[in-house]
Amino acid sequence: MTHSVLLSLPMILCLGAAATGLLAPSRAWPRRWLALMTMVSLAVVGAMLLVTVRREGIQSMQVGGWAAPFGITLVADLLSALLVLVTGVMGLTVVSYSAATLPASKEAGAYYPLVLVLVGGVCGAFLTGDLFNLFVWIEVMLGASFVLLALEARQEQLEASIKYMSLSLMGSVVLLCAVGLLYGAAGTLNLADLAVTVPGLDTPNLMTVVSMFFLVAFALKAGAFPLFFWLPASYHTPPAAVTTLFSALLTKVGVYALARVFTLVFTQDPQLTSTLLLVMGGLTMVTGVLGAVAQYDMRRLLSFHIISQIGYLIAALGMLTRGALTAFIAFLIHYIFAKSALFLVSGATARVTRTYDLHQMGNLYRSQPLLAALFFIPALSLAGVPPFSGFFAKLAVIQAALRAEHWIIAGTAVVVGLLTLFSMMKIWREAFWKAPPENQPQEPARPLSLGDGVLGPCIAMTLFMVVLGLGAEPLLELADAAAGQLLDPEEYVRAVLGGRP
Amino acid sequence: MELFLAITVGGLFAAGFYCLMLHSIVRIALGLVLLGSATNLLIFTINGLQRGFAPLVPEGQEALSPPYADPVPQAFILTAIVINFGLLALLLVLVHRAAQETGTDDTRALRTELKDSKQ
Repeated sequence: MTHSVLLSLPMILCLGAAATGLLAPSRAWPRRWLALMTMVSLAVVGAMLLVTVRREGIQSMQVGGWAAPFGITLVADLLSALLVLVTGVMGLTVVSYSAATLPASKEAGAYYPLVLVLVGGVCGAFLTGDLFNLFVWIEVMLGASFVLLALEARQEQLEASIKYMSLSLMGSVVLLCAVGLLYGAAGTLNLADLAVTVPGLDTPNLMTVVSMFFLVAFALKAGAFPLFFWLPASYHTPPAAVTTLFSALLTKVGVYALARVFTLVFTQDPQLTSTLLLVMGGLTMVTGVLGAVAQYDMRRLLSFHIISQIGYLIAALGMLTRGALTAFIAFLIHYIFAKSALFLVSGATARVTRTYDLHQMGNLYRSQPLLAALFFIPALSLAGVPPFSGFFAKLAVIQAALRAEHWIIAGTAVVVGLLTLFSMMKIWREAFWKAPPENQPQEPARPLSLGDGVLGPCIAMTLFMVVLGLGAEPLLELADAAAGQLLDPEEYVRAVLGGRP
Repeated sequence: MELFLAITVGGLFAAGFYCLMLHSIVRIALGLVLLGSATNLLIFTINGLQRGFAPLVPEGQEALSPPYADPVPQAFILTAIVINFGLLALLLVLVHRAAQETGTDDTRALRTELKDSKQ
């Protein structure tokens, strides 16, 4: 009984707090504290869920007491529990960063309730065991993200959110078509039930078509090649806190859904799907990093990096071996932290220099030594330099590729890692190292202190990265166990459908 | 009936995609409406146009006897309509706001305006 409460708590907490927040007096502090407390409790719930799943195996809950294939199912395996925990931690980071950076007028508005709805939607997508329900949670999350993107209503944000919204809605149409077709063919949308039914269907070609629909829909949400163009067009416009939240959670839901669907449901034609995923992953890596190399706006550059890192994830998913899935999960966790740290730092540098344009910056290394260190560590980690978390994650991906004899992917991963390092060094050189541009008389900026609250979240993220790097062993062990659960759906099916295998 | 609906679904999809390719944001929004309706009809059609009873177990029996109409796709469509409606309302507000800010609903003009305002 207590366990099933744990499964529904993340959504209840977030959505309940969002509703309460909207009812609360429209001042900054009650909403801010409510959001902070909710994120702390979400992280605690996530940790408890992870411990429970680790100890007692996959947990499931039938909402409303309807037996498995008929009602709405919530399931937590190690991957979802881990992701809920990370979501809580990221939510906490972003909320405390917003409290330090956003003007009080914004905080008093609908900002925190929207963040809570978004986080609730993300948790729902991670925990649901039903495809239509997954669609609904993705819409909840997207709805909140549309508003967050356009909240300041500046012209560039309006343009960005119209683009982002039209493409997301198109993705949702494709997803809904896929869900409808699948229900027509299999008569069920419960993931565990599908895992049992789909291999027995006598229409393998239809299943291939449906799986391609899912691939397109989720690849669009994840920002994979060739469907990524909405991402760099929109992610650089909102405040840094919002971009951090988006980069940490939104595209990850797409990747998670891909992993779920292609390990559990569409496993009957692995040759086709894994080849497609591998090609998609390789091209995503390359186009993302090449786009990043060409950029001179700090956040645009970082947005393109989101895409190239998504490529690593999709390629790892395409290999479908236990080692590759372990690498997939370790990389996912590392990357959420590394990317968020970079976006948070970009917000902090913008606070000092009032610009995101790398040409306009310079000499931050002298004036902001701590900030420079806080950029340097996640940048190296993202590029995959030891001893930070990125090294082990990337190494795991490349090792898995070598072991599965996907030489091209392994080579691409190495080259893209080098290009990532190159573009990170570009930011380093332009923003932190070079002399400031001469035409701008720069008043010597006051070094950011811990009291500003901007550096705290950055430090926390960087610490995570160092800890995950030095103590990579437990993470890889956990990822390995989670990969085992992904590869062997039997436990998942048993947890959801009970005795019926 | 299925053939008729299949053609309608195809027509709606074609019209929706055509609208998406135009340069007016209002038409893009209209295209999304069409795509949403096409999807709903598609779900309805693909899951069998069963002419039959409501899925209620008659008195004295344990299970449903076919033919009965499957309620699940209808529940899906209902949910999808609600979600679609909400998001489209949001999109229209955005379009309205963008038109207020820029005085145009042309996507190309919106972009050039941006470049002008930056310089």
